[in-house]
Amino acid sequence: MATRLQFENNCEVGVFSKLTNAYCLVAIGGSESFYSVFESELADVIPVVKTSIAGTRIIGRLCAGNKKGLLVPHNTTDQELQHLRNSLPDQVVVQRIEERLSALGNCIACNDHVALAHTDLDKETEEIIADVLGVEVFRQTIAGNILVGSFCSFSNRGGLVHPHTSIEDLDELSTLLQVPLVAGTVNRGSEVIAAGMVVNDWTAFCGSDTTATELSVIESVFKLREAQPNAIVDEMRKSLIDSYV
Amino acid sequence: MAGEAGMFMVPQTTGSVLCCKCGIRMQPNAANMCVKCLRSEVDITEGLPKHVMIIHCPECDSYLLPPKTWIKAQVESKELLTFCLNRLKSLRNKVRIVHAEFIWTEPHSKRIKVRLRVQKEVLNGAILEQAYIVEYVQQEHMCESCSRIQANPDQWVAAVQLRQHVSHRRTFFYLEQLILKHDAAGRAIRIKQMDQGIDFFFANRSHGVKFVEFLGKVSPIRSRHDKQLVSHDPKSNNYNYKYTFSVEISPVCREDLICLPPKVAVSLGNLGPIVICTKVTNSIALLDPLTLRYCFLDADQYWRSAFRSLLTCRQLVEYIVLDVEIISPEVNVGGSKYALADAQVARLSDFGRNDTIFFIKTHLGHLLKPGDHALGYDLYGANSNDIELEKYKGLVLPEAILIKKSYEEKRQRKRGKPRAWKLKSLNMEVDDTKGRNEQEKMNSEYEEFLRDLEENPELRFNISLYRNKGYQPSEMASTADGEDVPSIPLEELLADLDITDAEDSGDDNDDDGMRE
Repeated sequence: MATRLQFENNCEVGVFSKLTNAYCLVAIGGSESFYSVFESELADVIPVVKTSIAGTRIIGRLCAGNKKGLLVPHNTTDQELQHLRNSLPDQVVVQRIEERLSALGNCIACNDHVALAHTDLDKETEEIIADVLGVEVFRQTIAGNILVGSFCSFSNRGGLVHPHTSIEDLDELSTLLQVPLVAGTVNRGSEVIAAGMVVNDWTAFCGSDTTATELSVIESVFKLREAQPNAIVDEMRKSLIDSYV
Repeated sequence: MAGEAGMFMVPQTTGSVLCCKCGIRMQPNAANMCVKCLRSEVDITEGLPKHVMIIHCPECDSYLLPPKTWIKAQVESKELLTFCLNRLKSLRNKVRIVHAEFIWTEPHSKRIKVRLRVQKEVLNGAILEQAYIVEYVQQEHMCESCSRIQANPDQWVAAVQLRQHVSHRRTFFYLEQLILKHDAAGRAIRIKQMDQGIDFFFANRSHGVKFVEFLGKVSPIRSRHDKQLVSHDPKSNNYNYKYTFSVEISPVCREDLICLPPKVAVSLGNLGPIVICTKVTNSIALLDPLTLRYCFLDADQYWRSAFRSLLTCRQLVEYIVLDVEIISPEVNVGGSKYALADAQVARLSDFGRNDTIFFIKTHLGHLLKPGDHALGYDLYGANSNDIELEKYKGLVLPEAILIKKSYEEKRQRKRGKPRAWKLKSLNMEVDDTKGRNEQEKMNSEYEEFLRDLEENPELRFNISLYRNKGYQPSEMASTADGEDVPSIPLEELLADLDITDAEDSGDDNDDDGMRE
């Protein structure tokens, strides 16, 4: 299910939070309501961690990660790094990388298997991404925008890209990512997808300006209606039992 | 560019997204909203003026452009549209106008409706175009000049009172043609025929002054002006006057016989003293018929002595020429030719009754032949009581002075036939209360004036004659004997500009304002 919320009267929730299948990072805000929405949705499944990165609240744009790892920019302080390592599950690798382009969230878009990267990222960074996150890395643009992390958002089940993406680009990206993609908008026509929403395999959080139409597009492309954490487990169990029997 | 360089380009097909509000499939745009939703979301005409008051003068059909300019514009004209858009000043920095047109409204509704198409940038650079209607409410309010006219329709500021103290109107007939030719009285708001003259009324003093100057160029005049205070505003030092110009034309006319006062005669080198006035323009041409000496008197010189005529053209008597003997070769005097001759003449009234014959000198030797008729002044029979004449002691007056050749006899035949030409006439108010006698007198004077024009090419040099369309030349005229009545050659006539659709209706109408 997709949830609508806002961070201190700001609809760009993707800026202030990071959601993966294994953990959720939330910016430290003046009000608890932002955190509590995540908490109520996710608390019994994955840890929801309040943190800052490099002393700022725009954590969603500064870090990139999936269920296997988390990349933070070079200006992340040691305390923050320690806090993240302490709070996140043990199997999640937290890695600080020396990269000139420090807004990693804007430069990297990833799910648990593939990542799209900014065309100007260092070779070393690309290797670290592949190692830490355990993904295949493709340098790509989306509808002519090099900030791939801002203009698309995808999980293991689907993805939403910039509305101006041509059909040919959609086909190519879809082949690379191995997930169905659709061009769309969030926050009442905003094309900065990743800033307006965060998504993992079973839930999504969108800015409160998002209209019902946009929400229904998001729910259908990310297959959120049938996707509840226990539904996935049920399905897995069914197949296990199937094979077991 | 990449394509030109031979690079491979992936063809790009624009996809479609769902409108974020209504979910309709559409091309992605800047707002990612379909046009209908965008319209419902934002109204770019919000806050733009939709009802505007304009002030209209019903008299002269003009509109007030504040603060005080009045613009003349027809309904649904380009000028009016410009004016209407000008009134929407506040629109300029808010939106861009791409189209404007009038919507028809009933004229009595006092409403003007203009449909505008405006463009404005909305929501992250999407440009929205929208049509809306501005209603202008016409408020009727007379403009300053119209209200002044309305208060008193013939409110003249300057009046020119043109007078000539003689018994005929010949001068005014001629002057009328001159004024028409030069369009000198085009600005006059009223022209009124008066006894011994014409009054011209002008709305502006300068128009009056200009007209008086024109008169000074074509005739020997004397003028004075006066002003009457109508109202004044001592606070702003505004004075409102009515100006009157009194213009007098010298009573000496062409073909008048004059006895010069001794002083004038002496100053002109002992001219005359019995002289004929041969031409009147802004100066007076005087000719001594006995010596063919001549001189010109300009208006200043004339008004210094201001003499009057001894005998005027009404006292002309018809003579018959019995014999002519030229005693000098033809002389050119001021543009016209004369030849001095001895002639034997007899009054037509005496002819066949008694044997009174006069042996006289005449300046018309080149024209006259024995048997001709001529018009002249009968000094022998005249009983003149001219003061100037008394001053000359021992002056021997000639018995008769011939002025011009007469075509009266030949005219008898042509009487009643239309002329091949006509003249325009001023739009003059005529006092109809005068008797029929006056009217008849004026008609005969006008006829005489027309004959003068025919006989005297010098006279018609300055005026415009128009072709009379109704005139059909008869065949009889061409078979007439040798010497014919002088007439005006066809080449001198102007075609009258006549803008009417139907040719025949034009013929009926074009006599309006014309006299034949």
